[in-house]
Amino acid sequence: MSNHEIGPHTRGESLFVGDLPDPPDLVHAAVLASPIPHGKIVRLDTTPAAEIAGVVSVLTAADIPGENQIGGIVQDEPLLAEGEVHFAGQPIVAVVADSPSTARRAAAAIEVEFEERPGVYDPREAAAAGSLIVPSRTFSLGDVDRAWPSCDVVVEGRAESGGQEHLYLESQGALVLPQQGNRLRIISSTQAPTAVQRITARILGLAMNDIEVDVARLGGAFGGKEDQATPWAAIAALAAFVLKRPVRIALSRIEDMRMTGKRHPYSSDFKIGLKNDGTILAYEATYFQNAGAAADLSPAILERSLFHSTGSYFIPNVQVTALSCRTNLPPFTAFRGFGAPQAMFVMESAITRAAEVMDIDRRDIQRRNLLAEGDTFPYGMKAQQGHARRAFAEAESRFDVAELRQRADDFNHEHRLVKRGLAMMPVCFGISFTSTFLNQAAALVHIYNDGSVSVSTGAVEMGQGVNAKILDVAAHALGIAKDRIAIETTNTLRVANTSPTAASSGADMNGMATEIACRAIIDRLRGVAAEILEVDPERIGISQGTVTIDGEATQVGWDRLVSDAYFKRVSLSAQAHYATPKIHFDRETEKGEPFAYHVYGSAVVEVTVDCLRGTYTIDRVGMVHDAGKSLNPLVDLGQLEGGLVQGIGWMTVEELLFDRGRNLTDTLSTYKIPDILGTPEIDGHFLEDAENPNAVMHSKAIGEPPLMYGIGAYFALLDAMRAFRPDREAFFHAPMTPERVLMFLHGDRATAATEDVAEAAAVVQR
Amino acid sequence: MLRFALNDGVVEADIHPGLPALDYLRQDARLKGVKHACREGDCGSCVILLGKLNGSSIHYRVVTSCLLPAGALDGRHVVTVEGLNRRILSPIQAAFVDEGASQCGFCTPGFVVSFTSYLLEATRWDLSEAIEAIAGNICRCTGYASIRRALDRVLDRLRSSVDPSEDRIPALVREDLLPEYFLRAADLLEDLVADNRSSPPTPTQLVIAGGTDLYVQRPDELPSVDVVVLPIETDRPIWTEGDDICLAAAATAEDMKRSQLLDETVGGIEAAMRLMGSLPIRQRATIAGNIVNASPIGDMTMVFLALDAEVGFVAGESRRSLPLREFFLGYKELDLRPGELVDWVRFRRPAAGSLFNFEKVSKRTHLDIASVNTAISLTIEDGRIARACLSAGGVAPIPTQLRQTAEFLVGRTPDAATALEAADSARAEVTPISDVRGSADYKRLLIGQLVLAHFNVLFGVEAGLFEGAIA
Repeated sequence: MSNHEIGPHTRGESLFVGDLPDPPDLVHAAVLASPIPHGKIVRLDTTPAAEIAGVVSVLTAADIPGENQIGGIVQDEPLLAEGEVHFAGQPIVAVVADSPSTARRAAAAIEVEFEERPGVYDPREAAAAGSLIVPSRTFSLGDVDRAWPSCDVVVEGRAESGGQEHLYLESQGALVLPQQGNRLRIISSTQAPTAVQRITARILGLAMNDIEVDVARLGGAFGGKEDQATPWAAIAALAAFVLKRPVRIALSRIEDMRMTGKRHPYSSDFKIGLKNDGTILAYEATYFQNAGAAADLSPAILERSLFHSTGSYFIPNVQVTALSCRTNLPPFTAFRGFGAPQAMFVMESAITRAAEVMDIDRRDIQRRNLLAEGDTFPYGMKAQQGHARRAFAEAESRFDVAELRQRADDFNHEHRLVKRGLAMMPVCFGISFTSTFLNQAAALVHIYNDGSVSVSTGAVEMGQGVNAKILDVAAHALGIAKDRIAIETTNTLRVANTSPTAASSGADMNGMATEIACRAIIDRLRGVAAEILEVDPERIGISQGTVTIDGEATQVGWDRLVSDAYFKRVSLSAQAHYATPKIHFDRETEKGEPFAYHVYGSAVVEVTVDCLRGTYTIDRVGMVHDAGKSLNPLVDLGQLEGGLVQGIGWMTVEELLFDRGRNLTDTLSTYKIPDILGTPEIDGHFLEDAENPNAVMHSKAIGEPPLMYGIGAYFALLDAMRAFRPDREAFFHAPMTPERVLMFLHGDRATAATEDVAEAAAVVQR
Repeated sequence: MLRFALNDGVVEADIHPGLPALDYLRQDARLKGVKHACREGDCGSCVILLGKLNGSSIHYRVVTSCLLPAGALDGRHVVTVEGLNRRILSPIQAAFVDEGASQCGFCTPGFVVSFTSYLLEATRWDLSEAIEAIAGNICRCTGYASIRRALDRVLDRLRSSVDPSEDRIPALVREDLLPEYFLRAADLLEDLVADNRSSPPTPTQLVIAGGTDLYVQRPDELPSVDVVVLPIETDRPIWTEGDDICLAAAATAEDMKRSQLLDETVGGIEAAMRLMGSLPIRQRATIAGNIVNASPIGDMTMVFLALDAEVGFVAGESRRSLPLREFFLGYKELDLRPGELVDWVRFRRPAAGSLFNFEKVSKRTHLDIASVNTAISLTIEDGRIARACLSAGGVAPIPTQLRQTAEFLVGRTPDAATALEAADSARAEVTPISDVRGSADYKRLLIGQLVLAHFNVLFGVEAGLFEGAIA
């Protein structure tokens, strides 16, 4: 199993939007963004920009022919600010010039005066002021109020998790080519071609059939190009529409980091009640989601936080409430995990706090409460064909966690200034868009009369290997070699009304649509073969590029079969649509079966903390993951390892900092993502015999779930830190930066580390 | 007019010497395999090989083209990923395919180029050295595990096919790791380098040496002003002169890291420089740049402050020098006169019994800017500290010496009580501010901890006082 995309990647031959040749008459767009987080625009003078040589056009909200509105779920976000600004980084003016540097210089020359207004940056403050994006939502199961008195132990606490910059290496960008009339062809680095098409049409006052969107590949996305690729494509489209010239836009790294949203920071309260044996009886949580200045995808992300509030555990009494809070920060958006990691962090924090109070191993609480077959989730769905217990048990035995625990304890007993820590992290993640209508996909398959095949779907390739998987599905369904099949760009002319490639569902749904389309053509081809070979079509098969009768190869090869079919005027094309069956959810009762299935797994994370310096290493991570019957084990292993490391980054070094609404971490020198020297040894395994009847070729989706194994890194660090400071209460404030580590270890002492050093023996001179 | 070899051809072009090489390669040469994601040398997706003729062979270095002035291409062999491609995948490329060591693919050409650079330079086929060599390449997708496996796969093959001592370029060509034209590249360069002598800069010209910080701070200005690009490779970056150890202004962090002289006389420099930037940056970052940049947390500056170095300047015919500690007047404010360039840095060869240690804590351990860094140099005589010099970064507007703490140390025995008091003194002596690298409280706490760490590293291990530090 390989991924056919990688060869060209290694040769530098894969073309990203920015690599496409410049068309004649190309001009470049740059954006003037608000430098302040909140205020009224009292004066906007664009003439200094327009006067700069090379500037072709300066566009403001007034130049938008259609509706100045890019909001999806809630229509609350203009493309270009009008009258007021709500976050630092909000686009106000687009400048078009003959070079990117001239466009940027001109944008900087624009004079804007603001009447600044106070900003709100704390979600709790926004909630207290009633500033919510949508009304709050509550999921409940059982009755927590009646359960608390039956608990032996009840603990409460607070958990904070920070935002996370996507840091896709390819920054946001688009190239727009005017076509005849008012029509536009948009080449966009987006996960959501249809969103770009729909929003651009709205901005320009056109119909969707005036806009073609084409996507070859993305240089990483991770959710950051689901909704937030749209404004840049729309700005370039506006310029191309007005100027009738090709327009390119490419955000610089600093622009991208300042102007685009990231993973939502959450501030949460929790309350957990347990029996003395560690059984969790009740759980209550309130999530204050920092949504930023506009809705973007926040309501959907909020919903997924609720769906995953209890993580991999069954808890009979649950009440979880989520509030999407409007602040003056860039609109936070989708990021791998989509609200679930934030909720799982709170759940794990509650378990950790309970274990601390009860003085038992948190692993015992985790193990005891894992979901079993038939257990009910807080949203009413039952766990079926689940592997929570199996994956946890297999991780415990495969990595000999009891032995690791003993070894860490022994090490910590012997060493004073270096401590080891350990944590397990089980993950359960529901697969399907929680907005049921998005769970549809389509494929268009052409067989050309030379026997070569073209497959188009709604899935966007962004490194997750969806093209490789669809190629596997098509080759399997058609019975021919992969090198006869081309997986095409994602294009709204070929496949309409695409759902974003998101929610880990790209391969599931588009793979299924591909399989259906291929089967439709194969059925016709079998009829043709039956005629050629004069046998019953039921006996015909196609395998390895050859027609078979009862499984035996014949002399009739694929190319001849296709050619004959063509001359017999049999259609060699098929379009297919797939809609995930059975799923439903009622937002009135907050109950239903929103997911096609769940993905399960468990990880164990080992760390070492230097208690003198407050630095640490994430040493090893073992994972046992449920990928169903993997479509492509190499691709799935890559998702497992890559997701884990992103999750570790979120929990450790990736710290998003704002100062009164201004992003302080807007470069790669101030926002650090994991490097190769800082990543652990990874030992990833897949559960055997875990075929999934609910997805294409018995596979399971894999994109998002592994990220949440990274949450274990936080708790492993805490474990090591508490070995040094057993007298201090655990705290739940991610990321666990070296600063937070050192402040926990020594920050409360007047002279840090003194006891440890002072009690030591006299130093021998060197 | 610049003349250089580019992959398998020769280029003669009128390129502004201050233009980032990246822009020339992508826009003019249309080599789109050279990607860029940060334009500050932090991601490695734009790396290229820069080959310099050395006798009859070419010595290649990996550099980030986003921070490289086009002028530095002159007379060199410039190799992009396209220049490594053959008709079929090379063993490196095939290993990436086989291990799934690429996902979105945006960073991948950079990894291929960096790893090729390692193969050109390595003295043995060692995975951890290879990883260190490519550590400046950031990948957001894979989590690096598959990349490690791909590197190991190639090294495994080399272990049985190429003796590290054999002539490297022919061996790599034989193993399909380099295209054949590499065998002819030296001849190509010999014709090019003949008349390449740069004249000294005039006072109005902006001087670019390594450019690793200049291009981060002034990216828009450099391609449009009158610049002169100084060569940074010197035959003798570090030398002794009487009792002094001298470094050329253009000596790089990598020169320091590899210097046997520094290792023998100071010690600990290799480990210090390992924490400074990635290989492509270390190979271009000059000591003069690090000093003149005046960052309060410059790693090399911190080393030289602890060695109480002197810095020499040249402006036309006039020369002067002063102690480095007197060079920094205020935040980014220097005792540097118009037209002056740093000429050298020198320090007194540490006496026998001298010890040196460098400590740095940053959010990310490697390839990050320090929250706090510090170096110490001590001379022990008769069991007591006879001389002490302690530098600290990130705790004041300028890179600074902690003179009170150093004075306190003189005459003391290097024991736990001294270490603790020194830590207290250091905390009292600093004036950190809260910023993106950490809160003031944290930095104050940290400088104390790092003073303890100095004692831990220099004295503690033998005493059983501390455990050995983690890497």
